[in-house]
Amino acid sequence: MRILLLIVVAALAVAAPYLVPEYYVEILVLFLINLLLASSYRLLTTTGDWSLSHVVLMGVGAYATALAAKLLGWPFWLGLPLAGVASAVIAAALVYPLLRTKGFGFFIASFAFGEFVRLIWVKFTNPFGGPRGMINIPTPELGSIDFFFATPYYYLTLVIVALCLWILYRIDRAALIGDVMKAIYMDEDLARSIGVKVNHYRAMAFITGGFFAGIAGALLAHRLGAIDPKNFDINVMVYLVIWVVVGGTKTFWGPFLGVIVMTIIFETSRPLLEWRPLLFGGILIFFLIFMPGGLESLLPKRWTSRGSSATEVTG
Amino acid sequence: MTAILRTDAVTMRFGGVTAVDQLTMEVMEGEIRGLIGPNGAGKTTSFNLISGALKPTSGRVFFRDQEISGRDAADIAELGVVRTFQRPALFGDFTVLRNLMVARHLHARESLLQAVLGSGRAMEAKNEGIAMDILRFIGLDKYAGMEAANLPYGHQRALNVAAALATEPKVLMLDEPVAGMNPVEKEAMTGLIRRLRDERGITIILVEHDMRTVMGVCERVTVLDFGKKLAEGTPREIANDPRVIEAYLGSEETVA
Repeated sequence: MRILLLIVVAALAVAAPYLVPEYYVEILVLFLINLLLASSYRLLTTTGDWSLSHVVLMGVGAYATALAAKLLGWPFWLGLPLAGVASAVIAAALVYPLLRTKGFGFFIASFAFGEFVRLIWVKFTNPFGGPRGMINIPTPELGSIDFFFATPYYYLTLVIVALCLWILYRIDRAALIGDVMKAIYMDEDLARSIGVKVNHYRAMAFITGGFFAGIAGALLAHRLGAIDPKNFDINVMVYLVIWVVVGGTKTFWGPFLGVIVMTIIFETSRPLLEWRPLLFGGILIFFLIFMPGGLESLLPKRWTSRGSSATEVTG
Repeated sequence: MTAILRTDAVTMRFGGVTAVDQLTMEVMEGEIRGLIGPNGAGKTTSFNLISGALKPTSGRVFFRDQEISGRDAADIAELGVVRTFQRPALFGDFTVLRNLMVARHLHARESLLQAVLGSGRAMEAKNEGIAMDILRFIGLDKYAGMEAANLPYGHQRALNVAAALATEPKVLMLDEPVAGMNPVEKEAMTGLIRRLRDERGITIILVEHDMRTVMGVCERVTVLDFGKKLAEGTPREIANDPRVIEAYLGSEETVA
């Protein structure tokens, strides 16, 4: 059943550029990038750390590959891993002071740290381009294949995002590590009492999540060709929070539901113009009050629960 | 016999209140030790000081010859001093077996890379076997696949003990293990505590209000009153100690 579903989704993903008009392929690329961003964000939320600096970490990846490409002439294929590593390094620098905080304190402190990084991009015109950001970020090439057009870029993104999501899935589902992270959120005192080094796992989640946010940032930078600090500000962060709140974070698939539903709402609500943020705010409040578990809580329980990760226990 | 756990003039103050005052205590390897006292005597605070949940204001705690006071609770647990909680403590979303697997993480030693590549399978299977053995030992094996939050109260308390056991402790500290249990559950827990020591050689420290349990299972008892050590000895000595009887007078508890 699950295999069948996977095959159908994979087939649809591969056929998608030929099923929709060109403009929608552009949206699908952004959709995939957002999927990776939301899924990487969920990793931190499993330990209970709701960070407000995650899109800034995405920005670190975007700026890293843009700088490498423009100053050093690095190709996309080197810039992409560089982006992940750069984001992970900045995440590591931010997380150790952040570990002293929890809950609401963490929320606010992560915002402050994120803004600090973002304001560096605003303030330093050289090399970050200041408020106008960076332009002419080259599109990837592979031999004679040019990824300028939306469809080839879509396939490039699809492969990279699928690989990253597979890794995140493994961390969540096949491993003890993912469960230890969730255990910290469920009962931190109990986790400590059985020897869980809480801060070690919180840092691991934050840095690993940051790495994949950086990959998403690189994919975004090379698609848009231009980035500026506003791409990674608190507004974007709030959208990310809405995605995962709408979808839910308890299961690996929650953020997927959130990104899918909110992308559809986002694209169909364009006629509302300046009233759109009101709609999104209303959706956020609705979910927080009436469906705190997110859309995933509507799924049949047997789809989302599991006995043991590696060996499924029936029960 | 040597002391496996030793506190040296441990004191804990909260503002103006001295919850534990100059507590010096030695627990021998393989012993079942009771820690009793009227409400507010500082029993649970002592537990928190030994297990690392609190750092003592002054004084030191030793495990074997290693000082553990001031260290993180997780480090102390890794050394082998593991505590349970008064409340039902469990990971409610996980199955009973998964609760124990998480408690086995110290022995799984899985890296992020192994997690992604799935190369820790053999280790996982081995840990699952050990976890099932512990569940059988505790009598929770038929609930292995049940979500922990759905267990009956007594079993929830037992699951906390099972999780503590899964870490392979040298010293197990049980905080009111029979509180709120019915007589049948109490009897099962008392039997379990004895078997933990007899069959697994685990040193047990027990905080308990239930005198019948304490007198029935403990070999030595330390009595606290207002944070100070009031008396120490065998259950019989303690039961006949006039200071102990006086400390308990006026409270509902009677020394059986």
